[in-house]
Amino acid sequence: MSTAKSNKVLVFKLGLAVFVMLGFSYALIPLYKSACDAGWLEVNRIDENNPYANVNHNVNTSNTQVDKSRWVTVEFVATANDKMPWKFEAQEKSVKIHPGEMTNVLYNVVNPTGKEMTGMAVPSYSPALAATYFQKVECFCFTQQKLGPHESRGMPVVFVVTPDLPKDVSTISLSYTFFEVKPKSAS
Amino acid sequence: MMSSLIKKIGGGLVMAMISLFAHAEHQINFPAPVTEIGRQVYDLHIITMWIIVGIAVVVYGAMFWSLLKHRKSVGYKPATFSHSTALEIIWTTIPFIILIAMAYPATKSVIAMKDTSNADMTVKVTGYQWKWEYDYQQDGFKFMSVLSTPRDQIEGKEAKGADYLLEVDNPMVVPVNKKVRVLLTANDVIHAWWMPEFGVKQDAIPGFIRDTWFKVEKPGTYRGQCAELCGKDHGFMPIVVVAKEQADYDKWVAEQKAKAAAAADTGKDRSKEELVAAGEKIYAANCAGCHQPHGEGMPPVFPALAGSKIVNGPAAGQIDIVMNGKPGTAMPAFAKQMSDGDVAAVITFTRNSWGNKAGDVVQASEIKASRK
Amino acid sequence: MEHGHDHHPSGIMRWVTTTNHKDIGSLYLWFSLCMFFFAGTLALGIRLELFQPGMQFMQPQTFNQLTTLHGLIMVFGAIMPAFVGFANWQIPLMIGAPDMALPRLNNWSFWLLPVAATLLVTSFFVPGGPIAGGWTLYPPLYMQNGISGDMTIFAVHILGMSSILGSINIIVTIMNMRAPGMTYMKMPLFVWTWFITAYLLIAVMPVLAGAVTMMLTDRHFDTHFFDASGGGDPVMFQHIFWFFGHPEVYIMILPAFGIVSSIIPTFARKPLFGYTSMVYATASIAILSMVVWAHHMYTVGMPVTAQLYFMYATMLIAVPTGVKVFNWLATMWQGAMTFETPMLFSIGFVALFTLGGFTGIVLAMVPVDVQLQDSYYVVAHFHYVLVSGSLFTLFAGAYYWLPKWTGHMYDEKLGKLHFWLSMIGFNLTFFPQHFLGLAGMPRRIPDYALQFADFNRMSSIGAFIFGTTQLIFVYVVIKCIRGGAPAGDKPWEGADTLEWTVPSPAPYHTFETPPVVK
Repeated sequence: MSTAKSNKVLVFKLGLAVFVMLGFSYALIPLYKSACDAGWLEVNRIDENNPYANVNHNVNTSNTQVDKSRWVTVEFVATANDKMPWKFEAQEKSVKIHPGEMTNVLYNVVNPTGKEMTGMAVPSYSPALAATYFQKVECFCFTQQKLGPHESRGMPVVFVVTPDLPKDVSTISLSYTFFEVKPKSAS
Repeated sequence: MMSSLIKKIGGGLVMAMISLFAHAEHQINFPAPVTEIGRQVYDLHIITMWIIVGIAVVVYGAMFWSLLKHRKSVGYKPATFSHSTALEIIWTTIPFIILIAMAYPATKSVIAMKDTSNADMTVKVTGYQWKWEYDYQQDGFKFMSVLSTPRDQIEGKEAKGADYLLEVDNPMVVPVNKKVRVLLTANDVIHAWWMPEFGVKQDAIPGFIRDTWFKVEKPGTYRGQCAELCGKDHGFMPIVVVAKEQADYDKWVAEQKAKAAAAADTGKDRSKEELVAAGEKIYAANCAGCHQPHGEGMPPVFPALAGSKIVNGPAAGQIDIVMNGKPGTAMPAFAKQMSDGDVAAVITFTRNSWGNKAGDVVQASEIKASRK
Repeated sequence: MEHGHDHHPSGIMRWVTTTNHKDIGSLYLWFSLCMFFFAGTLALGIRLELFQPGMQFMQPQTFNQLTTLHGLIMVFGAIMPAFVGFANWQIPLMIGAPDMALPRLNNWSFWLLPVAATLLVTSFFVPGGPIAGGWTLYPPLYMQNGISGDMTIFAVHILGMSSILGSINIIVTIMNMRAPGMTYMKMPLFVWTWFITAYLLIAVMPVLAGAVTMMLTDRHFDTHFFDASGGGDPVMFQHIFWFFGHPEVYIMILPAFGIVSSIIPTFARKPLFGYTSMVYATASIAILSMVVWAHHMYTVGMPVTAQLYFMYATMLIAVPTGVKVFNWLATMWQGAMTFETPMLFSIGFVALFTLGGFTGIVLAMVPVDVQLQDSYYVVAHFHYVLVSGSLFTLFAGAYYWLPKWTGHMYDEKLGKLHFWLSMIGFNLTFFPQHFLGLAGMPRRIPDYALQFADFNRMSSIGAFIFGTTQLIFVYVVIKCIRGGAPAGDKPWEGADTLEWTVPSPAPYHTFETPPVVK
C-alpha cells in the first residue's frame, strides 16, 4: 500500500528531525560559549580548551603599543562561595593603568581548615564586553589550586588591557569566585 | 479550623468592599521616578500607552460598531467579500511604521541604561538566600541587610506597620547626585535586585558578576524587593536604599568604618543574659525562617533545634555546623556572614532556649579560635 | 482502515486499547479537563493566600509549590492535551480522512499522559513535597528540590515524548490522508494552524528534553552544564529553556487561532477574510517565535547589541499577530452575526487577546520590561493570552463541536451564563494585576506590602468567581452528553467544513469512502 509506505518514510524523517533537535540542544552549549566569546550574549569565557580560563595563550605583549593618553581603572573583586571556607581577597582593591601596559597583581588565599582542599576560581567581568580586551598572560584561574592545611599563598594575575578597548570604558571590574572542587569531580 | 477560615474570608470580603469604595486613589502607574533612567522608562511607558490607546480605540471601535450593526437580529444581510489586497497591505505596513517609531526612543534608553562607565563609586551587592550583602569595597566595610518586619506581623499576631515587608535592619546608603555603580553577584541561587523608583533591575548570578547603575536625584528612603524566585523566603528579602546628601553620607561612612573596626575586636566576654538577649534578635533575623521562631523546625527539610542532639551536645559540634554549614542541605555557612560575637550570641541563645539544657555559654573568643 | 468494523471491546478495555481517533480525542479532552480543575484548584490556593497581607493559610514553601505546579500542569496537562484532543477529533473529520494515519501510535501518545500526570501529582506526597522553583525550572534553585526534582524531570520527558508522537501523527495525517481534491490551500484554518504547531513541537520539545536531561546529569552524574563551580553557566539553562519556552507559547495559541477562524465565519455567515494571509501570518509567527527567546531574560545582563536585537525581533511579531486580529474583524464586518456561546467566547477571545497583545508590546520594549520583568504585570499579560486566549477558545471549540460529538444541542442559556461569568471573573482577577505590577509587586511572592492589598483582594474575589464558574461548563457538557434537542447534521447555519456533512453524533467510523472536495 503506497500510503502505508509513504507514512513510514514520513515518520522516519520526522523522527530524524526529533533527534537532530535533541542533538541541537546539546550543541547549544558550545554555540552559546562561542556566541559569548564573540560578545553577542555575554562574555565570560574565552578559551574553549580550558573552560575555566579567560586566557589567550598567544598574547604578544612585547610589541603592544601602550596608550599613554588615557587611564583605565581596574577593580579586583574576590568572592569565596559560601560553601568554600577559604579566605580570598585581592591585595590591591584597584589599580590605574594605561591600556597596553602589562600589570601584575596578587590575590591572597588562605585555607583556614585543617585539611587539604582544592579550589577553582571562576572569572567574570563587568562590563561583560571588557573580557574581549582583557588578556591574561598568567592567572591562578587557569588551573585548580590545591592548598594544604592552614596554607596561605599569594596568587598572581598578569594581564594586559589591549589598547583597542573602546574609549567609553574607563573602569573594568575583574571578579573571581572561588568554589571548592570536591575530590569526586577532581578525579 | 473551618469556621475560622470562613470568618477570615467573610471578614476579608467586607473589608474589600469597604476599602474599594473608601480609597479614591490607587497606585495605577509606576512610582514617581527619582533617576534619569527611571524618568526615561516612565515617559516611554506613557508614550507607548497612548499609542496603544489610539490603536485600541480604532480596533475596539470597529469591533463594537460591527457587533451592534452587523447582526442577523437587526436583519443585516451578510456581504460576501473574502479578501482585499489593498487593505491587507495597509494593515501590515501601518503597524510596522508605528513599531519603528516606538523602537527609536526605546533604543536610546537601552544604551543609556547599559552605560556604567565613569561611576563615582562602586558597591558590590551579593544576594544570599534570603538577604542582601552590601560591600563598600573602596571604604573597606560590608554588612548584611535583612528583613526587619517582626514575624508576629507576618503571622497576623500584631498590627502590620506602614513599611510591612519593605523594611530592613541595615539599608544600603548612597550619596545623592553621584553615579553609583552596583556590581551584582549571588552566593547560592539567582536573585534579582529591583528598585522601582530607580528604574533598575538586574539579576544576581552565582559565580558571575553583572553591573548596573543609578544616580539618585532626591534624598529619601526607597524600597524594592528581590524579583527572581530564589526559594522559600523570596518574598521576604526587601531592598532599602537611603539616599543622603554628601555630608551626611560621609558621616555614615565614618560610622560604618568605626563599627567594622569594633567588630573585628572580639572584646571581653559577655554574660549569659547579654548573649541570650543579643542572640534572640540574631536568631529571629537569620535562623527563624527555616528553624521556626520556637526552634520547632519543619522536618524533614529543616530540622528542629528544640531538643536537638547537636544543640544539646558539645558546643564544638554546633559551632562547626553554624560556621561551615551542612553540605547537601539548605544550612549555609555563616562564618563569612556573621561576626564572632553574633555567632557566639546566637549559639548561646539556642543552647538555652525552648527547653534545651546545654546550659553553657559560648564566647566570641571561642568562635575566633574555631576560625583558625 | 486496517481494523475490522464494530467489534471493538466494550467497557474500560475499549478506552485502554482504542485506536479510534474519536475515542482518543475524547480521552484527551477528559484528561485535560481533570488536569484543568486540579491546577485550577492550586491557583485558588494561591489566591486564597494572597487574599490579604500576612501569611494565613500556608508556609511560603507550600505557596511556591502551588505556583510551580499550577503553571506546569496548566501548560503541559491542561492546555496542550486539550488542543491535541481537538486535533484528534477534528482533523480527520475536517480533511475527510477515516482516522489518524498512525492509530496505534495515537493510543500510546495518549496513555503516556496519565503516567506523567501521576508522577506530578504524587510528588505532593514525597518527602519535601513537589518542586518549588517555578515552572521555568531555573537552576541553581532547581538543584535544591528533593526527589520530586527527578520525578518532574521524568514527567517532562514523558510529556514531551507524548507531544512529539502526537505531532508526528498529526503531520503524517495531514500530509498523507487528505481527501481527493483537498489541496493544502483548501484545508480549514484549524488544520493549517495545527500543521504548523506540530512542526513547532517537533522542533522544540526535544530541546526541552535535552535541557532537563542536562539538569538530571548535573544533579546525579557530576556534570556541570549549569553550575558555575564546574565551568558551567546557570544563564545557559535559561537560554535553552526559552528556546523551547517561547515557541511553546505559540504552540498553545496557534491552534486557538485555528478554532476561532472556524467559528467566526460560521456565526458571521460570511467567508473568512484573507485566508491566504492568515496561513502566511501563522507560518511567520511560528518562524519568528524561534528567534526571540531572550526577551524573557532582559535582566540577566546581556550586552546592548543582544538586547536590541531581541527587542526588534519581538516587536516584529506584533505585525503578523495584528494581521490576524484585523482579519477576524474584517470577517465580522458586514456579516450577519448571531451570538451563540461559541461566538461569544470567540469574540471574548479577540477582544481580550488583543489586550494581551498590547501589553506584549509594552513588555517587548527593553527599558520598560526591565521594570516589569518578574512583576505582576507579566502575570497579567500571560494570563490574558493564555486564559482569555487559549482557554476561551477551548471553550468556544467545545461548545461549537459538542453537537457534532454528542448529537445533542447543549444548554444555550447555561452556556451564555458560563461565558458572562467567566468574562467578569477573569477580568476582575487579572486586570488589577497590571496595576500591581506597575506599582512594583514582584510575582511569586506569598505575602506583600500593604499598598498592594486592595487590588490583590479584588483579584482573589475574581479568581473565586472565575473558578467556580467553570463548574457550569462541566454540568453543561454532562447534560449535553445525556440528552437534549437533537442536533442534526449541521446545527450551525453558516458552517461549511466537512465535519458537518456527517451525521450527528459522528458515527464511530466516518469517511471510509473519502469525500471528493471540489
